[in-house]
Amino acid sequence: MHIPDGFVSTPVAAVGCVVAAGCIAYAVKATNKKMGERQIPLMGVLAAFIFAAQMLNFPIAGGTSGHLIGATLAAILLGPWAGVLIMTCVLGVQCLVFQDGGLFALGANIFNMGIVASFIGYYVYRGGASLFGGRRPGKLVGGGLAAWSSVLIASIACAFELGVSGTVPLGVALPAMVGVHALIGIGEGLITAAVLGLVLATRADLLELQKA
Amino acid sequence: MKFKWWHGALTLALFLAILSPLASSSPDGLERVAEDKGFIETALDAPYEIIPDYVMPGVVSEAVATILAGIVGALILFGIGYGLARLLKAKGEA
Repeated sequence: MHIPDGFVSTPVAAVGCVVAAGCIAYAVKATNKKMGERQIPLMGVLAAFIFAAQMLNFPIAGGTSGHLIGATLAAILLGPWAGVLIMTCVLGVQCLVFQDGGLFALGANIFNMGIVASFIGYYVYRGGASLFGGRRPGKLVGGGLAAWSSVLIASIACAFELGVSGTVPLGVALPAMVGVHALIGIGEGLITAAVLGLVLATRADLLELQKA
Repeated sequence: MKFKWWHGALTLALFLAILSPLASSSPDGLERVAEDKGFIETALDAPYEIIPDYVMPGVVSEAVATILAGIVGALILFGIGYGLARLLKAKGEA
């Protein structure tokens, strides 16, 4: 869902950059002096994992592919503000080094896949997991559902940006983006649940870190 | 050095980078919508290129070039993520 330059107008790109910069500044403030010793390597590993996993496009219907965003996974393991920071690192390197996502569209991409996806993912997960009384199936189902929701809502944000930019009418962009990302989100949900299952099986304590 | 859990996790991330040539090369969701709805042409090229399209330049084999790009990117992000987390570390923790 990386927006290249040209898809969003200058005002939309500028607003995206300002909003993203404000959120990143707050995320630094919210997480500063709160990182525990075990979270330091976790943040590095998550950034590396999300980058590598994003390279693995999986095919969905109709000659289209999708890939993990990873914001939900990061937000569940480290909290939504740290999730914003991890996604900013990933999207920033993808944009600056790998020319994936436009330079001027970076703010909009951070907004969609970093900020929106982290917070939707985090709160849907919290809601889903608490419905199951915090037991293991609830964490996995809640995590999967959260990941799917995060992709869907991020694609809605992206559709609005395209519509407001005048690139494509919103009435055209919205159903098209939601339709394809409802499918891609299933992949996000399955991968997120699988990784959470792996973490629960090996280092369940990592899931409890950001409550403390 | 003692083996820690995150050594395994980092190895998993690098393993995923090695799998990257197997990824689908079909357009992603946004590209598909842009093609179908006729605005893919409005995309602008990047003003400069370092490792465009996750393919390391100057490497003959595209599979090897993709794996190298993946490993380089994963290591850069491990370094940035780890370094950033250290800067945000709680006071008084070793």
